[in-house]
Amino acid sequence: MIGCIRMSAFRSEEMCLAQLFFQTESAHNCISELGHLGLVQFKDLNPGATTFQRRFVKEVKKCEKMERILRYLEKEMVKSNIVIAAQKKEKEIVPCPRDVLELEFTFEKLEQELKEINRNHDALRQNLVELMDMDSLLRMTEDFFEEAESLLSCSEPPSEDSMCMTVTSRINSRRNSSVSTGGLLHLGFIAGVIKQERFPAFEKVLWRLFHGNFVLRHAEIQATEELQTKRGPAKKDVFIIFVQGDHVREKIRKVCDGFHASLYSCPNTMHERKEMSSNILLRMEDLRMILRRTEEYRAGALIKAADHIHEWSGKVKKMKAIYYTLNLCNIDITQKLIVAEIWCPVSDLTLVQNALIKGSEQSGSGVTPVLNRIQTQQIPPTFNRTNSFTEGFQTIINAYGVGTYQEINPAPYTTVTFPFLFAVMFGDCGHGLVMTLLAVWIITQAECFRKCKNELTDVLVGGRYIILLMGMFSIYTGLIYNDCFSKSFNIFGSSWCVRPMFQPHGPWHNETLHACDHLQLDPVVPGVYSGDPYVFGIDPVWNIASNKLTFLNSFKMKMSVILGVSHMLFGVILSLVNYVYFRNFQDILIEFVPRLIFMLSLFGYLVFLIIYKWCITVRSDVAPSILLLFINMMLFDYQSHQYYLYKEQKAVQIFLVVTAVLMVPVLLLVKPLLIYRTQMKTKQQVFGNSVNDQHGVDTRSSFSQHQRDETVGMCDVFVYQAIHTIEFCLGCISNTASYLRLWALSLAHAELSEVLWRMVLQVGLRFSSGMGSPLTLALLFAAFGILTVAVLLVMEGLSAFLHALRLHWVEFQNKFYEGSGYKFTPLSFDRLLKTHQE
Amino acid sequence: MASLLFCGPKLAACGLVLSIWGVIMLAMLGIFFTTHSAVLIEDVPFKEEDMHNQETPLQPIYKLYNQVGYNCFIAAAIYVAIGLLSFCQVRLNKRKEYLVH
Repeated sequence: MIGCIRMSAFRSEEMCLAQLFFQTESAHNCISELGHLGLVQFKDLNPGATTFQRRFVKEVKKCEKMERILRYLEKEMVKSNIVIAAQKKEKEIVPCPRDVLELEFTFEKLEQELKEINRNHDALRQNLVELMDMDSLLRMTEDFFEEAESLLSCSEPPSEDSMCMTVTSRINSRRNSSVSTGGLLHLGFIAGVIKQERFPAFEKVLWRLFHGNFVLRHAEIQATEELQTKRGPAKKDVFIIFVQGDHVREKIRKVCDGFHASLYSCPNTMHERKEMSSNILLRMEDLRMILRRTEEYRAGALIKAADHIHEWSGKVKKMKAIYYTLNLCNIDITQKLIVAEIWCPVSDLTLVQNALIKGSEQSGSGVTPVLNRIQTQQIPPTFNRTNSFTEGFQTIINAYGVGTYQEINPAPYTTVTFPFLFAVMFGDCGHGLVMTLLAVWIITQAECFRKCKNELTDVLVGGRYIILLMGMFSIYTGLIYNDCFSKSFNIFGSSWCVRPMFQPHGPWHNETLHACDHLQLDPVVPGVYSGDPYVFGIDPVWNIASNKLTFLNSFKMKMSVILGVSHMLFGVILSLVNYVYFRNFQDILIEFVPRLIFMLSLFGYLVFLIIYKWCITVRSDVAPSILLLFINMMLFDYQSHQYYLYKEQKAVQIFLVVTAVLMVPVLLLVKPLLIYRTQMKTKQQVFGNSVNDQHGVDTRSSFSQHQRDETVGMCDVFVYQAIHTIEFCLGCISNTASYLRLWALSLAHAELSEVLWRMVLQVGLRFSSGMGSPLTLALLFAAFGILTVAVLLVMEGLSAFLHALRLHWVEFQNKFYEGSGYKFTPLSFDRLLKTHQE
Repeated sequence: MASLLFCGPKLAACGLVLSIWGVIMLAMLGIFFTTHSAVLIEDVPFKEEDMHNQETPLQPIYKLYNQVGYNCFIAAAIYVAIGLLSFCQVRLNKRKEYLVH
């Protein structure tokens, strides 16, 4: 049992198809128990049915309606700034179908109540706004009427009934009608409120219609704070129009309607106006009190609902999931039995059984559900059990393709190789340290981060262990490259010494120093190079050497090739593990062995050359370039004056190239020919049988049809094999070259780091003019820090992450990974609630 | 007390992190400068004539090294001050957060 559990990390779990039979009464509880367990995937037994033809579609609709009501409630709560209680951790019991009705009733009642309250609230508010408008209208028209009164008082005495006004001669009239200052005209008036932005158009229309036979006065309503909260930011104007005649007033009324101006009847005498004003003020006070009460009542109802809303929403989601699952099952004719087919891991069958028993006990039914394992030819889903550490790595593998059922899982190896390849490209212990500390912070604050529902923080939290490993490995490779913010550490003492270059050991004098700009340390001079290389990593003397890049490039390129070939060899060996597991011994002989030989004889030999050249001592002016050696080996170009690294090099190389070339036809032809031979054999058997039967023409025609199908099949096989062979052979070369990106990115990172130091921090360090220099240094250090994080950590980090990922997905995995499975998606309430919270 | 708070929680936290980094890195740089590390030769503002000084060879270079080292230490002290300030801001922000709720 323990062995099985551990094996699941290396390949996906063994799954079985099982049939479940349970009673309709206990169905609800059983499925809810399985949902809490989260280990069971239900298969769709009604694939032909559309969503509307399924059995429980009404219940699903009910659940959706309840969800809608819950969303509406949540929105109302957010609008009124009511805090929703945080979700409690206890498991909610899913209500059985009987309780669903009660819950539904509660929801509907709440919704109706809330809608009504909102309606009333809006109506009351509208009323209040109108009253406020009228109040400001009354106050402003006071001024107009006073103006009119004053004008009248200096002219003829007013008449008793309708309001009279003198028309001043300030009005411009096109017709220059007889409007005299002394004339007494009987005028009516219309008062109202209009939006300020519409007022100029309104005025223009009135002018066009009445040619100036009216007086228009307007003033802006002072926007008090209360007015603004109730009505909103729109500004309104009060206007009053004095016109002659009723007919004209009707026209004006229509114009006002067109401009959505609200008209209010204004009494004529001052006494009446005062009375109306006080009336309005009283009514406004009442309305304000009613509004406050309404708001309090609403808040009370929402607060009561806020306590339960999480619990309710969890219940509704679970119910919807259960009904959805029931829709996938088969209900038999008597309506008493439900049949379901599930995929579940073999090692968890007892857990599933226990969950079913618990479910049926809860529902009180006497019959225990039956779990019946069935054999099937269908391909099961791929299930990889992960913990919070391996989950991140499994996700990035699955992003490229979910593994075929039971093929080897690259994720455990990726936990080491991926951060390592990243670190080879990132290689700086200062940046690695910052990255590690960042990862530690994210890990400790993971819960806090999960609460902010931001996509970026989700990605960071999901990959926190990946970032931690990447940082730790980067510190290691940074120590090997001896690079910390582009400076080297000299912990163990450099192996190079400058003093022996001077007389009497070496060729330099004091004058050499003054004469030359660049000097070269010659390791042949005794004492310059101590003979023992630096203990760990690159010697710190290279940091101040001007030919640093020449040395490092050669080193990093060779290292990339070695790492690449090793990684790919590892991939090829993993394919062997796959062949052994699937008992495919034929493929081991005709695919794995030729591929291995091809790869080792060419690229394994290249790696050997690199390491051999590093180990032997060759004079640098005669040392052959490994690249040229390799190219000449492939072209069979052996000239007599060429320098060989070892004596039998020519013979060995010819042998290796010939072997590799021989492997190509083996890969191309052997497997298809074997398939052809087995098919011929089966055909002969079939032919023999059919000759014995005497069906004559029919069999032959069906047989020739069969033969035609077979030849088409054989073409497919040959082409398929050719594609795979070419992909592998050419891929070997191109993938090996592709690993050179390890060198390229690490060079880019080192150079960027050095440029940042030189352009930013060095300016601050070299600045030494008295008092200001520490302050300048502090400021420039802040700039250095920010740029390091932004450019070197984030940008270069993402870039290196992407390239390391590509190396895994393409160069490593195309040696063994098929990736054509589908993911195991169990019914899991935890996952459902978590995804819905985001 | 509210007027003492002049930056939000994120800025204060960033300031705190930057000052811790600044203190550690500038202090280490100061130590490496005062021990006359050869790797840092490019960062020392020496001039041509310092090279040709025959009487006391290397002493002007060492003096420059020490000067830069002391600059680094003073800058580290500035970052200690900024760090304390940011820490106070962080604490004030947390207190303000608690008061509202």
